[in-house]
Amino acid sequence: MGIISNIVFAVILVLGVGYFVKNVKTLIRNIKLGHDVDVSDNTSQRWKNMAMIALGQSKMVRRPIAGLLHIIVYVGFIIINIEVLEIIIDGLFGTHRIFSGLGVFYGILIGTFEILAFLVLVSVIVFWVRRNIIKLQRFWKSEMKGWPKSDGNIILYFEMVLMILFLVMNATDVHFQTMQSGNVISQFIAPWFQGLSEATLHTIERTAWWLHIVGILVFLNYLYFSKHLHILLAFPNTYYGSIAPKGKLNNLESVTKEVQMMMDPDADPYAMPEATENDEEPAKFGASDVQDLNWVQLLNAYTCTECGRCTSECPANLTGKKLSPRKIMMDTRDRLEEVGKNIDANKGEFKDDGKQLLGDYITAEELWACTTCNACVEACPVSINPLSIIIDMRRYLVMEQSAAPTELNNMMSNIENNGAPWPYNQMDRLNWKDE
Amino acid sequence: MSETLNVPTMAECMAEGRQPEILFWVGSAGSYDDRAKKITRAFVKILNKANVDFAVLGTEESCTGDVAKRAGNEFLFQMQAVTNIEILNAYEIKRIVTACPHSYNTLKNEYPQLGGHYQVQHHTQFIEELIHSGRLKIENENTFKGKRITFHDPCYLGRANNVYEAPRALLQTLGVEIVEMKRNRKTALCCGAGGAQMFKEPEKGDKDINVLRTEDALQTNPNIIATGCPYCNTMMTDGVKAKEKEATVTVLDVAELLATAQNL
Ligand code: SF4
Ligand code: SF4
Repeated sequence: MGIISNIVFAVILVLGVGYFVKNVKTLIRNIKLGHDVDVSDNTSQRWKNMAMIALGQSKMVRRPIAGLLHIIVYVGFIIINIEVLEIIIDGLFGTHRIFSGLGVFYGILIGTFEILAFLVLVSVIVFWVRRNIIKLQRFWKSEMKGWPKSDGNIILYFEMVLMILFLVMNATDVHFQTMQSGNVISQFIAPWFQGLSEATLHTIERTAWWLHIVGILVFLNYLYFSKHLHILLAFPNTYYGSIAPKGKLNNLESVTKEVQMMMDPDADPYAMPEATENDEEPAKFGASDVQDLNWVQLLNAYTCTECGRCTSECPANLTGKKLSPRKIMMDTRDRLEEVGKNIDANKGEFKDDGKQLLGDYITAEELWACTTCNACVEACPVSINPLSIIIDMRRYLVMEQSAAPTELNNMMSNIENNGAPWPYNQMDRLNWKDE
Repeated sequence: MSETLNVPTMAECMAEGRQPEILFWVGSAGSYDDRAKKITRAFVKILNKANVDFAVLGTEESCTGDVAKRAGNEFLFQMQAVTNIEILNAYEIKRIVTACPHSYNTLKNEYPQLGGHYQVQHHTQFIEELIHSGRLKIENENTFKGKRITFHDPCYLGRANNVYEAPRALLQTLGVEIVEMKRNRKTALCCGAGGAQMFKEPEKGDKDINVLRTEDALQTNPNIIATGCPYCNTMMTDGVKAKEKEATVTVLDVAELLATAQNL
C-alpha cells in the first residue's frame, strides 16, 4: 500500500502543479497581448508601493473591519501553507509528520497554525455573512450576478473546508494528540471523535490529510478562473501601478508625432509619406478592444478582486448611471479571456469574431458618464486604474469614430475656433478686467 | 463694480523689458464665465494688495486643452498645448499661478512631456505663501467670525495632485469654524463637472451628481460652502439652488473669502 500511495501522491502533485503552470503561461501570454508601456522608472518607489500596498495592505485598512479580517485571512492562509511543505515530503516519502522531530519548536509551529486556522475560519464566516446575510450593497450590484457572485462564495467555502480539514486532521491524529504540544485548538475537537476505534480515527485522519492536500491543489488551479487570482497578481500589479500624480493622463506619442508634422512650417504637406512608413499600419488612436490597451491595463483586469470599493465611491454610479468602474475591469478581463480562448482555438492566431470590448461589453453610455474624478483609482486596494481604460476608449470613440456626444463636439469646435470651450471671441479674453 | 484693477499683460511687460515674478493663468472659465470672472477679479485684488509683480497672457492665452483631452480628443489637446507652450516659452515663463485646478493639473502634469516645464501653483498655495512671507496680512479677521464653512475639495486639486491643506489653511486665517463633510479630502465626492461633463447633459440616472454633493455639504449645516475651482463653484451653486437653500447658504471661492476679509 505504502509505495502505491506515494506514487499516487506524486502523480496528483505533478498534475496539480503542471496544470497550474500551464494556466500561468496562458495568463502571461494574454497579458502580453497588450501594448508595451515603459514602467522601468523609479524602481525604488515601486518596490515601496508593493511592500506597502500588497504586502502591508495599507489600503485595505481604510475600511477597518474588512481590512482587519482580510489581513487575518491573508496572513493565516500564507503561513498555514508552510505546513504544505511537510505534507508534500510526507506524501512523497511515506513519512509521517517528518518535522515533528523538531520537538518543542514543532509544537509552537503547529500551535500557531491551528490558532491561525481558527481565526481564518471565523473571519471567512464573517465574510460570508457580510456577503449573503447582511448583503453589503457593493456585492449586490448588477455586474455581480451569476458567476462573480458564486465565485465570491466558492472561495469562502474552499477556505472554510480547508481550515476544517486541517483541524480535523490534527484532532484525529492520535500520535499528535498524545504529544500534547501544538494541539492548541484541535484538543477541543478531539473529544468529538471519542469512542471511535484507533483504526477509524486513522481512516478519518488519512481522509482529511488527502482531502486537504488535494483541496489545496484544486484551489491553486481554481485561481486562474477566479477573482482570487489577486492573491498572486496584487504583487506585480502594485509594483507596476502608476506612480505619477493621479491627475496626469498619459501622452499619446502617436498623436504627438502627427501634431509635430502639422505644426512644422518646413514640412511639405504634399510630400509622399516616407517609404518606411508605408509598411507600418497607421496607428490606431485609443482602444476599441483589449489588444489596444497596454499590458499593465490587462494585468489590472486580471488582478481585480471585484471588491467594488471603486464603484461604491464612483459619483456616476452613486447617482444611478450605468457606469461602474468595477464592471469596466471585469469586462476587460472577460473579453481578454475570450480573445485568449479564440487564439488557443485557432492555432495561435486571433481570428476575428465580430466582437470587441467597445459595444459588446462596455457601452458608450458608460464611458461618457465618467467625470474623471479618480475616486475609483484612489479607492482601489490593489492599485488598479479603471479611468485609464475609460479614457483610452473615449479616445477611440472621438478620434477614430467622431462619435462624441453633440454637445461635446460643439465644445471642441469652440476650442478649435475660439481657444475656449464656449463660443466667445478670443479677443474678449481680457474683458473681465474692466467689468 | 468697476474700480480699476492693475492687470499687466506679458506683451506689455515685454515692451517695457521686464520679466514679472509670476504669470497668472486665468483659464477659459475665469476669463468668460460670469461667476468665475468674479473669482478672477478677487484673486487679482489680492495680488494687487500684496504688490505682486504679475502678468497675464490676455488675448494670447488659449484653452489649456484639459476638457478636450478628457473628452478623448488628444489631437485637439496637443494642438492647444503646443500653441500655449510656444507662447509661454517665448516669454520665458518660469512660474505660473492659476485659480483653476484643471489648468493647474494640465500645466503642471501634462505640458512637460510636450516641452513646457514650469513651476505651477494653485492660487490657494500662492496666497498661503504670501501670508507666510508676510507680504499679505489679513486685516479684517472678524468679517466671517462665527460662520460655519465647509470646504469642497476639487478633484483636480485634491485627489489628482494631493493638495488638501493649502485652502484649509487659508480658511483657518479667517477665524471661521471649518466643518468637514463626511466625504472629504481623498474620499471627497466629485461635483460632477470634470471630464468634460460640464459641457454636456448627464447620462440617465436617478440624481444629478452636483445635487448629491450639495447634500453632503448641507449636512454640515454651513453658512458658506467654500471651494477652489470655477467649475465646482458653478456646480455647487446650482446644487444649492436645486435644494432651495440659496437664501441661507452661499458658495464662494477661497480667494473671494479672503478678498472680502480684506475689504477689497
Ligand atoms: S474616475 Fe470615472 S469611473 Fe472612476 S470614480 Fe470617477 S466617475 Fe467613476
Ligand atoms: S478595480 Fe480595485 S476597487 Fe474596483 S473592484 Fe477591482 S479591486 Fe476592487
